[in-house]
Amino acid sequence: MATDTVTTQLQNGLSCELPANSPLAKLLKSQRTWVGPDARERLRILQNAKSVAIVGMSDKSARSSYFVGTYLLQSSNYRVYFVNPMITEVLGQKVYPDLASLPEVPDIVDVFRKGSDIPQIVDEVLAVGSPCIWVQLGIWNEQAAIDAEAKGLTVVMDRCLKVEHARFNGGLHLLGFDTGVITSRKTVR
Amino acid sequence: MADREYGFKTRSIHAGNIPDGVHGARALPIYQSTSFVFDDTDDAAARFALQKYGNIYSRLGNPTVASFEERVASLEGGIGAVATASGMSAQYITFASILGHGDQIVSAASLYGGTVTQLDVTLRRFGVETTFVNSSDPKDFDAAITDKTKAIFAETVSNPSGEVTDLEGMADVAHSHHIPLIIDSTVATPYLCRPIEWGADVVTHSATKFLGGHGTTLGGVVVESGRFHWHSEKFPLFDEPVPSYGGLSWAGNFGEYAFLTRLRAEQLRDMGPTLAPHSAFLLAQGVETLPYRMQAHVDNARAVAEWLASDKRVTAVNWAGLKNHPHFDRATKYMPLGPGSVFSFEVAGGREVAQRMIESVNLASHVVNIGDAKTLIVHPASTTHAQLTTEQLIAAGVLPGVIRLSVGIEDADDIIYDLDQALALALKG
Repeated sequence: MATDTVTTQLQNGLSCELPANSPLAKLLKSQRTWVGPDARERLRILQNAKSVAIVGMSDKSARSSYFVGTYLLQSSNYRVYFVNPMITEVLGQKVYPDLASLPEVPDIVDVFRKGSDIPQIVDEVLAVGSPCIWVQLGIWNEQAAIDAEAKGLTVVMDRCLKVEHARFNGGLHLLGFDTGVITSRKTVR
Repeated sequence: MADREYGFKTRSIHAGNIPDGVHGARALPIYQSTSFVFDDTDDAAARFALQKYGNIYSRLGNPTVASFEERVASLEGGIGAVATASGMSAQYITFASILGHGDQIVSAASLYGGTVTQLDVTLRRFGVETTFVNSSDPKDFDAAITDKTKAIFAETVSNPSGEVTDLEGMADVAHSHHIPLIIDSTVATPYLCRPIEWGADVVTHSATKFLGGHGTTLGGVVVESGRFHWHSEKFPLFDEPVPSYGGLSWAGNFGEYAFLTRLRAEQLRDMGPTLAPHSAFLLAQGVETLPYRMQAHVDNARAVAEWLASDKRVTAVNWAGLKNHPHFDRATKYMPLGPGSVFSFEVAGGREVAQRMIESVNLASHVVNIGDAKTLIVHPASTTHAQLTTEQLIAAGVLPGVIRLSVGIEDADDIIYDLDQALALALKG
């Protein structure tokens, strides 16, 4: 998990940081009001993208970002960029210090940072002109998502890019998960 | 991806079965292969570390088996499924994945005999305590829960007593203790009842029965909702680093997919009760007709149960679709189309008459299976439940004169004709 705290909106309307696995955080999760793109819209986002930048990429092989990075390099056709000012190379790829240093504007910025960092990342995504911020599974900042949408960004949050890509490209199917995909057309999965 | 939520019948045929992009085979291909080639060493390493999806070895996963798994997951409304060699192994890997030495499970007492011995003998020998609750009131399950309890287990419809589980009430009890509700729904199938919609977290099946429907093939399947919070202090294994997979954590790396990923990558790997590809093909073929067969099963069950209930030679009929059954209201709530076609009845004259009746049938088949297209009949006290003590027999609703029927999809009149003539012969002595 890229974070161990989540920004949690309390019943009185105020927000605070809680450990992601605290019972209160889990209870309040059910009171979320922001609803992201549905499966079909997520498929469209993934189909239209040609490049993905992973912000908060780790060089530790057990971290989720390493899983997603490995998967995207080997199982997708995206141009994949890694961003983390603390490291210079991972999975044989150069790691960039920030989004502004990338050789192109990525179509999706995939974020592995704690919930309270999301507003700052939103500003950086807007600054480089990328159209979509994808906040990874287990990370939630409702106000940041609402603000980002108001500024014109497409927002996906608390979803795994690897899982969603695999849902439509056969990876999830191979593990017996319900992809929701039904078609009579020949499909490479 | 079509802009539509497809219906149950469509998904029974199409879910999980998309024509492959190379050959375009319309029927489900049987991938009769133990292993699958890697692209290169990087690919092999990433598949082994679970960093990418891909086939490795058929003990862990197989494309034919995956198709069956996705289809059942879709019909049950679960996030996914893991298929197994039998219904017993589906339950076993589920229990083994969340229970360890010193843990407890609270289970309905009214269960299939093999499940009772799995819990009461084998798992007890491994240090897992099962508390059997001889009641169908959720309050009694609540009272049996301790700080060591890791799950509640029950069957949708118990076999052969015909009791119906209060799924919603049981889910509330389980969730108030932050533990999952595990339901075996073999007898109901997703056509009659989808326990996940009522709050169940894990659903197991013996696919051997109605899912396959042809009585040719053993198989099982575990479906999970993806909603249960496994990353809690009750289930530390979901948060601890896993050395055999490079230090990942199931909850941290897989989120809502953690339970099923662990079931496959750990339980199937370590215990090996895998569904064979050819079996998966036969079972998936069966599922295509599930809605039509189940409707015919419950229609026939109703006709046979009503006929038995009106016959003076029969002292009791334990089908919850009958108005005088104690669980008629529950059955109507959870299974409005009918509470399955497996039920028992009791003949006047006890064990001897029951045994003679079973030896006198010509159409119904004397076998221990249930869920075949054919009508099946058995005397539980001397077969499926013979390993239970008298006390356990009574708890399971199995009295000496009880006969179990699995009503098939022949002509209802023919099934009734056969039972009628067998009863006549049995009473003649």
